[in-house]
Amino acid sequence: MQDFVRLFHALDATTKTNEKLTALRRYFANAEAADAAWATYFLCGGKLKRMISGKLLRQWAAEQADVPLWLLEESYHAVGDLAETISLLVIGGADEAPQSLSEWVEHRLLPLAGMEESLAREGLRDIWWHTRIDARFVLMKLITGAFRVGVSKRLVTRALAAEFRIAPEVMAHRLMGQWQPTAEFFKSLKRAEQDGPLPSKPYPFCLAHAWPASDPLESLGNCEEFAAEWKWDGIRCQLIRRDGQVFIWSRGEELMEGRWPEIEQAAAELPDGTVLDGELLAARSDGRILSFAELQRRIGRKRVGKKLMQDVPVILLAFDLLEQAGTDIRALPWTARRQQLELLLSKLPDSAIRINGLIEAKSWQEWVAIRESSRSMHAEGLMLKRRDACYEVGRPRGTWWKWKVDPYTVDAVLIYAQKGHGRRANLFTDYTFAVWNDDQLVPFAKAYSGLSDVEIQQVDRFVRSHTNETFGPVRSVTPKLVMELAFEGIQRSSRHKSGIATRFPRIVRWRQDKQPEDANSLEDLQALLPPEAPA
Amino acid sequence: MVDNLLQLTPRGLYCELGGFYVDPYEPVERAIVTHAHSDHARPGCRKYLAALPSQHLLRLRLTEEAEFTFVDYGQSLDVGGVKVSFHPAGHILGSAQVRLEYRGRVEVVSGDYKLESDLTCKAWEPVVCHRLISECTFGLPVFRWPDSAVIAGEINQWWRAAAEEGKCCLLYGYAVGKSQRLLSLLDVSIGPIYTHGAVEKACQAYRVSGVSLPDTEYVGAVERRDTWAGALVLAVPSAHGTSWTRRFGNCTTAMASGWMMIRGTRRRRSMDRGFVISDHVDWPSLLRAITASRAESIWLMHGYTVAVARYLRELGKDALALGQRTFDGSEDAEYLT
Ligand SMILES: [Zn+2]
Ligand SMILES: [Zn+2]
Repeated sequence: MQDFVRLFHALDATTKTNEKLTALRRYFANAEAADAAWATYFLCGGKLKRMISGKLLRQWAAEQADVPLWLLEESYHAVGDLAETISLLVIGGADEAPQSLSEWVEHRLLPLAGMEESLAREGLRDIWWHTRIDARFVLMKLITGAFRVGVSKRLVTRALAAEFRIAPEVMAHRLMGQWQPTAEFFKSLKRAEQDGPLPSKPYPFCLAHAWPASDPLESLGNCEEFAAEWKWDGIRCQLIRRDGQVFIWSRGEELMEGRWPEIEQAAAELPDGTVLDGELLAARSDGRILSFAELQRRIGRKRVGKKLMQDVPVILLAFDLLEQAGTDIRALPWTARRQQLELLLSKLPDSAIRINGLIEAKSWQEWVAIRESSRSMHAEGLMLKRRDACYEVGRPRGTWWKWKVDPYTVDAVLIYAQKGHGRRANLFTDYTFAVWNDDQLVPFAKAYSGLSDVEIQQVDRFVRSHTNETFGPVRSVTPKLVMELAFEGIQRSSRHKSGIATRFPRIVRWRQDKQPEDANSLEDLQALLPPEAPA
Repeated sequence: MVDNLLQLTPRGLYCELGGFYVDPYEPVERAIVTHAHSDHARPGCRKYLAALPSQHLLRLRLTEEAEFTFVDYGQSLDVGGVKVSFHPAGHILGSAQVRLEYRGRVEVVSGDYKLESDLTCKAWEPVVCHRLISECTFGLPVFRWPDSAVIAGEINQWWRAAAEEGKCCLLYGYAVGKSQRLLSLLDVSIGPIYTHGAVEKACQAYRVSGVSLPDTEYVGAVERRDTWAGALVLAVPSAHGTSWTRRFGNCTTAMASGWMMIRGTRRRRSMDRGFVISDHVDWPSLLRAITASRAESIWLMHGYTVAVARYLRELGKDALALGQRTFDGSEDAEYLT
């Protein structure tokens, strides 16, 4: 258990990928297979079945620590994390139980689920009494299901692959699907590489460079050498159809399994030995693309219900063909690949896999005008691709350009502040901003990021000395500070008092030169809304 | 018997009978000062009264022409008919609890204090009173300090490991008090110790006051140094991430503060390590101190005042959270000065 606790704290203490990788490798190199299996499970985001409700946990912890429940809640506000609050609060014993991670999980945590309340309470008190703070914190994280330590499944895969000298895509394949965290399973991860190509193996993605909005497009050369498509705001994917199976990889090179059933179904119609590159988007049946906010309702859902699938259907807009009839065609020029792609998809009418249309133009100027309408299409701008370029690896210069529209910006007034959680507990870092509606300030966006550490300290001090009212953790402050906010999208929302919702709001800068009167109005924001869509 | 010797006014705790303030927020005619931290010892007053061992530290902070009076711990002085005496608070060198007595009524202002041992200042002593006015910067039950000897071991181990890797250690803590306490815990056999200017000044004031500290060298006085590998530098937290730290080359950073108990603050500081070491009372010591004072009324200042007052009231005590100005328990305000 101590090794795993040390690993957790090592991962927690750094933001550097290399240091995380080293810590993971060191752990996997030395851990027993049974423990390493559980570690892999938790680090990849696996959770234990909920065994005790948060309410009971709070109650029992307060009892054990001999403090009233409200004081536990008060402490929770200061700490910002329930597992941490409880581990700090309860009284521990001097000795540490010597069990390994797998023994802890299998003999002490999992059995809590089926226990009668009084026994579970005893089990928990026993855990608290036989742990020191570091281990107790990790165990409470596992019990509350909030175990997160800033590593992705992909990073764990990389570490395992590197440590056991296995190709990363082979390791990713082995970690696919449902598996039981057993010693046998972990040993099977380590076995020497098998023969034969892996059907799931993706190609490296070709990534685009951003074209600076202020640069004249003429410097790219002749516009006939380029093709243009919408740049969508969805999930970039590689869809693989091989050996009668379908695999969908995200750009983070994460295998997304069972999350997009309609795409998987449509892909089953593709001939074997096909690999597509495209953007996964929420779209109506008539083909109209929905906003990212809609797609977000499905992101992060490991299982999708019927209702959600009906409300937010998704499509894959394919824009490149990398493999055809089992042959890697990435070396062909874009024009040839495009032709093949069009031919292939023309055989799949009414499918959830469609082709991303081209935007024809006779001059750069035409594209400049078309790009301005991106927002009304729920697109982020245009993609410009050289017609004669092959599909390159990584981020080559000069063949693919993303040409985004500028973000919206407004000046808004800070009216509420709340303490941050986790990394920023104890400082007022979460702000709500408002704009004017006649002589009233209407809140319309929350933003956390964008200020420097020094500015955060200054705002924190301002909040503390200009609090007018306190609502639980939220403080209303004298409306004095003006900040410039940028956001990527804006839409109508009946859930918000202001009637609008913004996408990715963030602080661009603190406008110390502006007074609250100078902030924008709700009218200004409404003017940015896309034209009302018929329901 | 009079009910109240002290009352809270916009300028701070005021004793009308004696005509003086204790740790006023603004310049006043006559100030009694519990200790030399900037949120307690404000410049601009005409007369200051403080405990004798805080003399050199206070002079460092309050250089202007004012009238200073210092009395030793335990001795009393008559101020406008009120008997005033100072008692060790264990917070930093010269820190005191201020005891006021008038016709049998006794009130004590704790200032900042801690019950743990600290080689650089006199240990806290309980003072029996009718009313205790206590700080509660860390007045929540999640704050329970680990044994400082254990933390000292961790700091030295961190330093030793860094020295072996050829790194320099940057240890951040408040310039007055915290840095000297850290100094007293360091294992000087590991390597040389350097100081940031503000820390060095405070160290000198400690030495002049008769506190023996390990040798330190002011970073700014170092002519040339090819490598800082193996050295430990004591600096103020505001220096973190500034160009001042660049000279040390390959280094590892750590912060020493009670707030390091919380993962969020630890991570936000973006330092390699966080050591839980505080000069304030934690939850159990706060409760112990309140019991030891035998006070029938407790007023709370600085920190989680509302929570502590409510907790004490539920235990049947007479407790009140005093309103306060800008400081609400964030030691940040203090250690960033
Ligand atoms: Zn202090
Ligand atoms: Zn203080």
